[in-house]
Amino acid sequence: MAKRLDLKDVNIFYGRFHAVDNVTLSVAPRSVTAFIGPSGCGKSTVLRTLNRMHEVIPGARVEGEVLLDGENIYGSSVDPVGVRRTIGMVFQRPNPFPTMSIRDNVVAGLKLQGRKSRKELDEVAERALRGANLWNEVKDRLTKPGGGLSGGQQQRLCIARAIAVQPDVLLMDEPCSALDPISTLAIEDLIAELKTEYTIVIVTHNMQQAARVSDQTAFFNLRATGEPGRLVEIDDTPKMFSNPTQQATEDYISGRFG
Amino acid sequence: MSDPTVTGGPTGIGEPADRWGSSVSAAVPEAGIPATEPPPPDQGSIGATFVQRGDRIFRFLATGSGVFIVALIGAIGLFLLIQAVPPLLQNHANFLTSRQFEAGDPNNLSFGILDLLLVTVEVSVFALVLAMPLGLGIALFLTQYAPARVARPFGYLVDLLAAVPSIIFGLWGLFVLAPAIQPFAVWLETHLGWFFLFSPGNVGIAGATVFTAGIVLAVMILPIITAISREVFARTPRAHIEAALALGATKWEVVRMTVWPFGRAGYVSASMLGLGRALGETIALTIILAATPRIFTGSLFDGGATFASKIALSFAELNNNLSAGAFIAAGLVLFVLTFLVNAAARWVINRSGAKA
Repeated sequence: MAKRLDLKDVNIFYGRFHAVDNVTLSVAPRSVTAFIGPSGCGKSTVLRTLNRMHEVIPGARVEGEVLLDGENIYGSSVDPVGVRRTIGMVFQRPNPFPTMSIRDNVVAGLKLQGRKSRKELDEVAERALRGANLWNEVKDRLTKPGGGLSGGQQQRLCIARAIAVQPDVLLMDEPCSALDPISTLAIEDLIAELKTEYTIVIVTHNMQQAARVSDQTAFFNLRATGEPGRLVEIDDTPKMFSNPTQQATEDYISGRFG
Repeated sequence: MSDPTVTGGPTGIGEPADRWGSSVSAAVPEAGIPATEPPPPDQGSIGATFVQRGDRIFRFLATGSGVFIVALIGAIGLFLLIQAVPPLLQNHANFLTSRQFEAGDPNNLSFGILDLLLVTVEVSVFALVLAMPLGLGIALFLTQYAPARVARPFGYLVDLLAAVPSIIFGLWGLFVLAPAIQPFAVWLETHLGWFFLFSPGNVGIAGATVFTAGIVLAVMILPIITAISREVFARTPRAHIEAALALGATKWEVVRMTVWPFGRAGYVSASMLGLGRALGETIALTIILAATPRIFTGSLFDGGATFASKIALSFAELNNNLSAGAFIAAGLVLFVLTFLVNAAARWVINRSGAKA
């Protein structure tokens, strides 16, 4: 269940390119942490290192430690596939499996873990869809393909798919950037509900969103193009948005950003 | 916005038709507002018929090319049909069920295509059975497993296989492959001879069989299946692959959950195209397959002839229209068969295309 995350001196590379420099931060269980910052500052890259998705890109590698309740997920005996089974991820664009039904999409992760009991899968599907506030909209068409849903519904389907396996941590990479304001609101409400059970890390370009949904906010920036991105500061969200320590944070949040 | 055809609202839309006199009544109520103005040149109005000259030339060329290929296929079909009818009328045997193809004497035509059809289908299907799993494996390896610097040259290598002339495959099959696989063929015949596919063959020449020919054909259609499947698999959306990875899918599970459902239809149609190629392959089979007066038993160790190899073997000796027509009739059946296979492939592609 919900676990704590600690990053220690994490450096991230794409081949020879040093993408993110020396990030150290902590995420408390059952809280929402927002990553904000300009494009290309490495916030999504940091997010993808948290479930070892970064390394699926050829040449990509990570240095430093990412501790999940004290256990390094980059330890030499840790299977990345196992890490991804306990740390769920929701992507920028809704990506349900187009050939699978709504129900099969939700239980895809469980099936990967070898759970086959039809009854159990049905129960989990219902629980996850209720958890994602989607059950009432799709309960009569669970056997229909997930691609037939609206964008906002598809994104909630993807959230249902991610929480169906009851992950220790839920990562969200700009989950609302492809959605309209109403669907965005639905997802934000959902995040507020989910944080009672899950540890959530969300990347967002929308600072109001960060202010609304998160407990703590991390601001990433880069000194110049070609330089690695770095963590400027991380603090409780109210403090970050009212009285940040760093001038750069204040400039970014108030819109005075070159 | 000074163009009256645009500001005129509904009449602007109706205008081109008005000038053709087809909707006079619609023009009457608003007559006098924009309709009385001299209609400007057509460009700009909705439904304009004006087309730039370059566009018109290009359309003519493109349409011409399209019509040409349809006409060509139609003409080939018609030619085959016209040539095939007279000998069919004088045929003493049943064209579809007779197993002998005796067309040398124009006064005593007795030809049927059953054996040709059976050999053609068996050798092609056997080739397909061998090539399909191998092609799938290669395509998946190249797109999912091989590192980029291996995949590229490896892919070229497979494509190169398609450029090897058929005659080379035929010679290689008969002189290299056939002796090499002979022990295995004998083993199959000895141990599985009770099954019709492996029963003792009807030719005396070792290796000049459907078995050898099928393996050679499999190698020949492998690049087609591999190249098309590879293209399709490589197009699997990154988002789907990442979705599966993020759920904790292994490489193989990613393939099963995303790449395979996405590319299945393309793979099937690639195989059908390969089958089409196999059905029509001529020279390699002409070299490999031993002619035999005995009928085809269905065994892989039989000799015989396919449509194409039979025609190739016999055509040089033909000296009259009726005998030639008999072979053309056989060619017509091959034409239809290939056509059906390709139509089936199209159907599979379209059916799944509508779903995605």
